[in-house]
Amino acid sequence: MKLIIAYIQPHKLEEVKKALVQAEVGKMSVTNSLGCGAQMGYQESYRGIKFEVNLLKKIRLEIAVNDNFVDRTVNAIISAARTGEIGDGKIFILDLAECIRIRTGEKGSAAIG
Amino acid sequence: MCGDREIRCRGWEFAVCLLLLSGILSAGEAAAQEPSGIAEVKETLQVNMNVIWTCIAAFLVFFMQAGFAMVETGFTRAKNAVNILMKNLMDFSVGSLVFFLVGFGLMFGRSNGLFGTTMFALGGIEPGEDWSWTFLIFQTVFAATAATIVSGAMAERTKFISYLIYSAVISLVIYPVFGSWAWGNLLLTDNRSWLADLGFHDFAGSTVVHSIGGWLALAGAVVLGPRLGKYGRDGKPKALLGHNIPLAALGVFILWFGWFGFNPGSTTVAGGMVGYIAVTTNLAAAAGAVSSLLTSWGVLKKPDLSMALNGTLAGLVAITAPCDGVTPVGAIVIGLVAGVLVVFSVLFFDAVLKIDDPVGAVSVHAVNGFWGTLAYGLFAIDGGLFYGGGLRQLGIQLLGAGVAFVWALGLGLLLFWILRNTVGLRVSAEEEMKGLDIGEHGMEAYSGFQIFSTM
Repeated sequence: MKLIIAYIQPHKLEEVKKALVQAEVGKMSVTNSLGCGAQMGYQESYRGIKFEVNLLKKIRLEIAVNDNFVDRTVNAIISAARTGEIGDGKIFILDLAECIRIRTGEKGSAAIG
Repeated sequence: MCGDREIRCRGWEFAVCLLLLSGILSAGEAAAQEPSGIAEVKETLQVNMNVIWTCIAAFLVFFMQAGFAMVETGFTRAKNAVNILMKNLMDFSVGSLVFFLVGFGLMFGRSNGLFGTTMFALGGIEPGEDWSWTFLIFQTVFAATAATIVSGAMAERTKFISYLIYSAVISLVIYPVFGSWAWGNLLLTDNRSWLADLGFHDFAGSTVVHSIGGWLALAGAVVLGPRLGKYGRDGKPKALLGHNIPLAALGVFILWFGWFGFNPGSTTVAGGMVGYIAVTTNLAAAAGAVSSLLTSWGVLKKPDLSMALNGTLAGLVAITAPCDGVTPVGAIVIGLVAGVLVVFSVLFFDAVLKIDDPVGAVSVHAVNGFWGTLAYGLFAIDGGLFYGGGLRQLGIQLLGAGVAFVWALGLGLLLFWILRNTVGLRVSAEEEMKGLDIGEHGMEAYSGFQIFSTM
């Protein structure tokens, strides 16, 4: 079992969701997040005072999958989120120690699917 | 084509008018036997129309409280929204009570030369139809306008209890005593009112209301000091972002709307001047909006909405004193200057003097109240420098605006200094960081919403 964490551009969320559903990956968590990376940020001004905005708004996706679903999940995210510009985001893949479905008490692969 | 139809229309209306007129004339012939009766009816009608117009204007000016509340809430951070709304509610409420009990008498009662000494709580005036009651409600909303200006400049760091004490003192004595010098003869027309007797002209209160409130706001901001995090170690100002620009914009539109009561209502007479003053008021506001936009675009490289909103208010404040005595072109020039002035004034107080005024209250109300008062000496059709009237009126205007500066800033510094050394003027640093909503009032403005802030 793996936990896939992806940071993507907020305006790409709808396309990524569609691509994931097409790849039969239907379960995910989505949170708003702020972050900085290669994109560096931009300048805003308020009442004559300029300031750097270097924490940019991003979307954080968390998807827990069985090992045989990792590639199609990653491919779906990349196919929908990639523009080729700096700021497209990153994907992290972590080993997942356990997964338990609260309703039934099922564990492991049965709980994820 | 269109023109033809219009003429035909007018012809048709003309016929109806003739019919009506002949009816009125025949009725008039009957009434001509008692001309005194008609004069009496006309007079009663005019008096009642004056009451209705003055009351409607007072209600419009009351609505400006909502405008101030929205501007100040929008230009400050979400964690202090409850506090600033509470201050706006309370300065009107506390002010209404003490102005009725004491302030009105000091301002409009029989004067000893320095302040009024009668009519406290309108003693001696029968409950009922007397004009004094209409005049009281109109003057109450004006006093409250002066009081509410201060909350914005002192936003996000002032102890609530100290603000309540300040609210009482301005409406109790600071506002009405100066008011008695400029407007003390408005109710008792033979009253002594030394600035008015000299010929000082402040039609609707650029100085009496806005500068008095604005200079007090400056005093408060100076004694308080800047908000935490407003100035970096290098002394450079930082942006503490207002949390709701749409609310601030709504507030400015409400204030603009309310100003149609503020200036045209100060006639307290239902007559043709109402429309004329509405025109000069509107032109100055529009000119202030445009010139502040262009100034911020040129100087700051971006058309800054917050500056344009301040510029609109600056135009309105500036035209308040001269609105009845200048030409429409004069009103436009006054507004244009106000819009430029407000942008440079905001930058000057913020970056040079390092006085933290979160909403620009000092630049809008004090600086442009001063400018508008002087502008009458320049642009007055009757007596203005640019209309061949010489320097006399300008000198008197400068004297009145200068006296207001010394009176309000002096007493303001004293009042806030006393508050700082007794009950305390400022909340603790920890409370300021967490927000005054939790510290002072124990509640949040946006419960259930996620407020994501790193400041």
